[in-house]
Amino acid sequence: MQPDFSIRLEKRATTSTFFAYFSPFIALIMMLIAGGMLFFLMGHNPFKALYVYFIEPLTDTWTLHELAIKSSPLILIATGLCLCFRSGNWNIGAEGQFIMGGIAGASIPVFFPEFTSFWILPLMLISGVLGGMVWALIPAILKNRFGTNEILTSLMLVYIAGHFLDWIVRGPFRNPEGFNFPGSISFSQWQVLPEVFSSGRMHYGMIFAIIGVIVVWFLLSKTMKGFEILVIGQAPRAGQFAGFSPQKTTLFVFLVSGAFAGLAGIAEVSGAIQQLRPSISPGYGFTAIIVAFLGRLNPLGIFAAGIVLALSYLGGEAVQISLNVTDKIANVFQGLLLFFVLGCDTLIHHRIRFGHSWGFIKQGVQHGTG
Amino acid sequence: MGLVEAILLTVFTAATPLLIAALGELVTERSGVLNLGVEGMMIMGAISGFAFAIYTGNPYMGALAAIIIGVLFSLLFAFLTISLVTNQVATGLALTILGLGLSGLWGEAFIGVPGIKLQPIIVPLLSDIPFFGKLFFQQDIIFYFSILLLIGVSWFLFKSRAGLVLRAVGDSHTSAHALGLSVIKTRYLAVMFGGACSGLAGAHLSLVYTTQWIENMTAGRGWIALALVVFASWRPNRVLIGAYLFGAVGIAQLHIQALGFKIPTQFLSALPYLATIVVLVIISQNRRLTMVNTPASLGKGFVADK
Repeated sequence: MQPDFSIRLEKRATTSTFFAYFSPFIALIMMLIAGGMLFFLMGHNPFKALYVYFIEPLTDTWTLHELAIKSSPLILIATGLCLCFRSGNWNIGAEGQFIMGGIAGASIPVFFPEFTSFWILPLMLISGVLGGMVWALIPAILKNRFGTNEILTSLMLVYIAGHFLDWIVRGPFRNPEGFNFPGSISFSQWQVLPEVFSSGRMHYGMIFAIIGVIVVWFLLSKTMKGFEILVIGQAPRAGQFAGFSPQKTTLFVFLVSGAFAGLAGIAEVSGAIQQLRPSISPGYGFTAIIVAFLGRLNPLGIFAAGIVLALSYLGGEAVQISLNVTDKIANVFQGLLLFFVLGCDTLIHHRIRFGHSWGFIKQGVQHGTG
Repeated sequence: MGLVEAILLTVFTAATPLLIAALGELVTERSGVLNLGVEGMMIMGAISGFAFAIYTGNPYMGALAAIIIGVLFSLLFAFLTISLVTNQVATGLALTILGLGLSGLWGEAFIGVPGIKLQPIIVPLLSDIPFFGKLFFQQDIIFYFSILLLIGVSWFLFKSRAGLVLRAVGDSHTSAHALGLSVIKTRYLAVMFGGACSGLAGAHLSLVYTTQWIENMTAGRGWIALALVVFASWRPNRVLIGAYLFGAVGIAQLHIQALGFKIPTQFLSALPYLATIVVLVIISQNRRLTMVNTPASLGKGFVADK
């Protein structure tokens, strides 16, 4: 008897256009079904719970602003990451680059609190970008020079950045008038990233995200550099024959994604939180990885995916308030979604055939079951 | 009990989960599958071990449940990466994110609840040996198991036929497939073994190391276990050295704090992660060593030709 590993993949002759466009939507529907089942198991009415989670946050002006605030860092980080992933560089440490961007940017108001001018915000933003870039540079250089695995180094740097932030807000950056609460001074009007519309809190981070999406879309589809990134990612040897340097590509994509994550970090600190705190991110850097894949590593797709994942955070808060469910459920939804996205993406390049017992194809030997 | 004894004991306790998780991942990677979900499987092991110890009143049942949950959780990863040939890096991350979420959800009810400790098993006679008796023969069952696991994995990989098959599959899945070996089945089993080990390693944290449930209590240990496999260049004996080295680094920071050095605690807490980077750099410099031992098909999906 064959053991029952009766799923078999068959490469499609051409990629399926249908699944290329619809696999993210199928994944979303599957996540909703799984989420509904989870709520049911927890003793809630699944329809009501899903309504509270995914629809209610879209019904108020202020929640829409919150949605934009949460989606802008996700979109910005994920657009940077899609360059990394497209070129086969696994930058998993965007969370750390985000944190270092926040710290570097906040250092300006902390060190120069008296400095009030229009120029302070651009300086903070540039400083944040540099902070993210420096942090991203480390795994890139280690990979290029020593061949060190960038997945592990970039990830370790997240923990180091987290501890560094914790130290700095309790030590050198602590507000002396903060009654011993950890955290920097609250930013003044000049140091806060302004709101875009008068109707709510959405700040210019969203504008940066939109610009980032357009820049990366242009880079990938219209420039030689973008072509180089795609070639290096899909066929590294062919890329080398064409004279593309994998090392330079690694450096480039890490620097860009670090810059984007750093910008997202300072935009969050300056625009949304308005001071540096021991924790400045609910895991945006990791969630952005899901955003990148849900958006099928395409900047325009990422824009939509960022909004969906931001909704998963807002929904988590919503069910915590109205159904008394821990907001950890957001992580569950996010993890499930990534699973479904990856699974559905298989359908783009492969057909799934069920094993002999289902019997709708009976050709050839049982190779696929191994 | 002397100070040295006491310090070494804490090192042993800190090293055990790293050793178990890294050995499991080593077997998985030897079959050619890179499972980055160790952190997620460990945290699921930690919460299920803790919860089932309380449900049943028996910490051994907790450890058993952690193993089972670890296997079930790893099957999710196996199905995607092996049957659906998804990207292993991304799928492993999904497993970690899901694990952190699910464990948080499940553990909500256990925050602040005192856990049940897995009591040490004192080996008669041997435990009376001065110094060594205390270290090696008055430990909990998971510690003893970790040593057996090390011996078992070494034997399995290099002395048994099944181990040869596993390594063949990891080094060249196409050749292994051509020889009639079952790539899919081997990899499923290897991933499940990794899941069992990660689950047990997690249970060690919540049943021996701290005996309480803290959200995200694995604190990156799963990732360090992954780094240990690279550090060990896929050799079980070197995993042992690495795990105890890292256990020592983790404990050293506590003792440095206790001795009252004027170093911020956060810097000391960051030490294990920094050490991981340094060690990875040193190891990867020696390219020949890593090249020889890295399973050649590591991280590559397998689709059989027609």
